Amino acid sequence: MADIALQPRVRPPIREATRWEQIKSNRNFIALWFMLPAMAFLLFFLAYPLGLGIWISFTDARIGRPGAFIGLENYEWLWDDSIFWLSVFNTLLYTFVASAIKFGIGLYLALLLNENMPFKAMLRALVLIPFIVPTVLSALAFWWIFDSQFSIISWSLKEMGLITENINFLGDVYWARACVIFANIWRGVPFVAITLLAGLQTVSPSLYEAATLDGATRWQMFRNITYPLLTPIIAVVMTFSVLFTFTDFQLIWAMTRGGPVNSTHLMATLSYQRAIIGGVLGEGAAISNAMIPFLLAAIMVSWFGLQRRKWQQGENND
Amino acid sequence: MHDFTRRSLLQGGTALAATGALTGPALLDFAKAWAQAAPWKAEKGAKLTVMRWKRFVPAEDDAFNAMVAAFKTATGTEMNVFSESFEDVQPKASVAANTGQGLDLAWGLHTLPQLFPTQVLKMNDVADYLGKKYGGWTDAAAVTCKQGNDWLGIPVATIGGYMTYRKSSMEKAGFKEFPKDFAGFLEMCKALKKNNTPAGFPLGHASGDANAWLHWILWGHGAYTVDKNNKVIINSPETLKALEYCKALSDTFLPGAASWNDSSNNKIFLSGDLHCTANGISIYVAAKDDASKKELAEDTYHALWPVGPVGKPTELQLCVPILAFKFSKYPNAAKAFITFMLEKENYDKWLSGARGYLTHTLNAYDASPVWTADPKNQVFSQASKRALPASGIGTPGEKAATAIADFLVVDMFANYCTGRETAAGSIAIAERQLKRIYR
Repeated sequence: MADIALQPRVRPPIREATRWEQIKSNRNFIALWFMLPAMAFLLFFLAYPLGLGIWISFTDARIGRPGAFIGLENYEWLWDDSIFWLSVFNTLLYTFVASAIKFGIGLYLALLLNENMPFKAMLRALVLIPFIVPTVLSALAFWWIFDSQFSIISWSLKEMGLITENINFLGDVYWARACVIFANIWRGVPFVAITLLAGLQTVSPSLYEAATLDGATRWQMFRNITYPLLTPIIAVVMTFSVLFTFTDFQLIWAMTRGGPVNSTHLMATLSYQRAIIGGVLGEGAAISNAMIPFLLAAIMVSWFGLQRRKWQQGENND
Repeated sequence: MHDFTRRSLLQGGTALAATGALTGPALLDFAKAWAQAAPWKAEKGAKLTVMRWKRFVPAEDDAFNAMVAAFKTATGTEMNVFSESFEDVQPKASVAANTGQGLDLAWGLHTLPQLFPTQVLKMNDVADYLGKKYGGWTDAAAVTCKQGNDWLGIPVATIGGYMTYRKSSMEKAGFKEFPKDFAGFLEMCKALKKNNTPAGFPLGHASGDANAWLHWILWGHGAYTVDKNNKVIINSPETLKALEYCKALSDTFLPGAASWNDSSNNKIFLSGDLHCTANGISIYVAAKDDASKKELAEDTYHALWPVGPVGKPTELQLCVPILAFKFSKYPNAAKAFITFMLEKENYDKWLSGARGYLTHTLNAYDASPVWTADPKNQVFSQASKRALPASGIGTPGEKAATAIADFLVVDMFANYCTGRETAAGSIAIAERQLKRIYR
């Protein structure tokens, strides 16, 4: 025993940690490994298709044939293609009008559903119905409702003696645009309404109580409490709404196929028509890529909306 | 996907007994005898994967399946048949052509074999054998499959579209028989409108029907999208005339034609509001099968497309050619199967099953029972003779297919007829789009 005690303690010499040891104990390095699966996932399923889409737009690829690099040729042809610009105009019109109305109706519905009323839970569930029905199914229903010959609307109005001729819903340029926008609004309102409703529920009732004590009108309460506290949610929900509307495909394809005379062709439907039906992948990809700047702009809006969140919740904007 | 057993073959046979043709065991006997004598013997252990377009007439499908099953039993070839919707056939065949695997046979639309001429098995011997035996191929059918002197595929049939009209309305409009030229046709449509029994043809994005009648008007005036060297020649005085004619015609239509898709004219005709349109035989067949539409079916007749100022038929019909891929491991089995389909013992019955929906491409089948079974079918027997390929006078191929898929001609007419554009403006748009495709 004494031997052990007498032995001098051997200390390992102090030396510089090797590079490997440094890396090994580096938290960022370990984190990298934990992130890898997610990164691979994103790369493979998001970055790769996006990159491929951009690459294809620079080639003359057709379905089943890779194609050769042709630079910006596809874009040059699009630049003075009146149908392409018409589709851009249609898409912007469709997105702005439909999103604005969806927001208006959605907010109104959300405020309404936030009140205390009988059958509250059931009513809230009912609102979701248009959102639950498969898009193609509802589009087909609308296609029948707006049929040139068998439209229930034309029929009813005729029976009432208000009109003598069928309304040319999907055959007239302006009617057709109004009809597809209407269908999109019908379908998109529940999403906006329910999401905003969720936002409304997070607003503390004590704020309203305080405001009531101060003698605020209902409009003042909405303007100075509800609205500012709802802005982050509005930013998110409207970004999504705009993204969904901008890239809409199914409704148009089932109802009009872009007709009459391309007046309801959106960029997504035109891209599909040229790339898949027409077989010219390169051009279709170019049209799809032309949507990216618009979508980026929409995402930017949401980004800046989210950035202001802290400030909106009354904390310091650090 | 179907897997054929002897049992399903017998079931198919019984289903067909009603048509009174070669069925069940008799079909099998024929198939066995045929396999013995056939010019192409299927390889041992051969296995064929066949893609076809999705059928419209159930009886046609039954006849096809019975034939496949008989072929399987007689030659010992494994048959794997699956069907795809019209829109998916071409992309899937293209992918197979470019990856060199997946399919042995593809039965598609229009000029499918011309899309990848280097990937298909030359069918010269098959075309020769069948042509000699059955009175030769019709020119319009041959042109969809031929490149120079080579056959890239076999034009199995044509899905014909013809004028479908109500006889009583036509007679009330003062016409004893259906007009044979453009001027007469316009007069009739005007009279039909006056009687409130209007005609109607789709001006919307209806891939089949809209392309068919608008190309007929374009070509009937001697106007074409491209010339035989694929140079864009749409901007011509003939096109202008075609536009003017179409405008005058469309003014007589039932309102709403700009929104019609492929099914619109079917359902409006069957509802009794539409008195003249162009369509496959499906409107008439549907009316015949519906007991409540007996009167309408009796009043419904078919007529050839009137001939335009060029003085010869200019119809756009839908050819359905089959092709075998060069990379197939069983070329003889593939050739044997194609030949087997088109032999009289099979083909007559198949045409009967299709009830006029399919038209033969070999002249000898002019005498096929389907054309006399119902005299109203007769008109459709012409579909493989009076047609131009989808490319008009240009080269059949993928650019022509793209132009059709992009509705260039349809939109050109629709732009002018709906008043969205001037004649010059709508031609300019079409010209610009054609140059994009034929660049």
